[in-house]
Amino acid sequence: MTYASDVAALARKDLLLELRAKETLPSMLLFVIAALTIFHFALPTGTSDVAARGLLWAALIFTALLGLTRAFVAEREQSMFDALILTPVDRSAIWLGKAIAVFAFLVAAEVVALPAFAAFFHGLDGRTVAAVVLADIGICTVGTLFGAMAVAGRARELLLPLLFLPMAIPIVVGGVGGFLWFLVLYDAIFALLSWAAFEYVVSEV
Amino acid sequence: MRIHLTLPVLAAACTGLFGLAIGLALFYAPEDADQGLSQRIFYFHVPLALTAYACFGWGAWKALKYLRTRDERADLESYVAIHQGVIFGALTLLTGSIWARVSWGVWWSWGEDELVLFLVLFLFYCAYFMLRFSVDAGPARANMSAVYALFGVVLIPVSFLAIRLSKQFIHPVVFKLDGPQMTGSQFFTFCVCLAAMLTLFATLYAIELAGKRLDRSLRELKELLTA
Repeated sequence: MTYASDVAALARKDLLLELRAKETLPSMLLFVIAALTIFHFALPTGTSDVAARGLLWAALIFTALLGLTRAFVAEREQSMFDALILTPVDRSAIWLGKAIAVFAFLVAAEVVALPAFAAFFHGLDGRTVAAVVLADIGICTVGTLFGAMAVAGRARELLLPLLFLPMAIPIVVGGVGGFLWFLVLYDAIFALLSWAAFEYVVSEV
Repeated sequence: MRIHLTLPVLAAACTGLFGLAIGLALFYAPEDADQGLSQRIFYFHVPLALTAYACFGWGAWKALKYLRTRDERADLESYVAIHQGVIFGALTLLTGSIWARVSWGVWWSWGEDELVLFLVLFLFYCAYFMLRFSVDAGPARANMSAVYALFGVVLIPVSFLAIRLSKQFIHPVVFKLDGPQMTGSQFFTFCVCLAAMLTLFATLYAIELAGKRLDRSLRELKELLTA
């Protein structure tokens, strides 16, 4: 088995699981639509595009958090972590597989959320869509690593937002400002770091 | 045993340097023409901030050392350094806030890069403690703490860049690279204050580390006795 096929098998497992159990994606979808509805009422009428765009990023970050919190639930509840670690794959492949699966969920949620945002508020431009995709990469890479940390703790669901939100601040800055190069830089740095660090996070669990 | 020798020396150096620093900052450094007395908080605010960075950097260095050697002592050292860093960081936020109130009339200014960066770092490193206290002690916790500490030092420049960028749409401010120029005596005072602050960190670090180690050996002894 090559590294790529390991990753593909792991990601496929998560997608298949979701396809059958339908636990994460529907809740993410409902959450993001509900959040956008709340933002509509939270914003005064005649608010500028920029303000609405800012709230889109808040909605996306929290929706992603919802998906990330669920990411390792199956592993934890079925004690799958030990089995995964025992399998003869590179540990970073576990991280990459999971990150790809979370990325797929997030993109699926955004395929609904972005048109909804465009319809509810002022429309979208290509730059925002590109920024969202780039931000998703950063969110999923860092979020998956922190998600694996958070499930080991007692506080679990409570811990992940605390760990992740300070890391997400640069993503929001890059996204709201439309600084694509900054998002690429963020993705590259933290994807590499997460890829290298994942082994240490799971090796002793 | 080394700590027993270095701790009194450090503490003495810290006391001396701090006395000197306070004296210099209050009496020797010239009054700022613009801000008057309130500018003198600069001699504590900026060294506090730099010391906090030093703490986080030291903590990350020890974290890296832990990941490479799996030496439990490095884990404890990393934790203590970050603990001190959070304390210095909190003091930076506090002194910065006081300074902002006096010179700009507001408690908080999003326009000030350093303050916003410290808020982000403060949030990040507070979560470090949540992580640490939420996981049972052992190699898993040490690993996670080390990884998180390493993410912290990478987050510092990335956040700084982000905050600089965010000004373009929150605050239309031109980048300023040349800060207020300091006179020789101001710079000297600043250096003494920085040295004092770094020695304070070293002293507190040594004290906390000694305490934590003592605590652990005591616990081990207790377990031996009850076993």
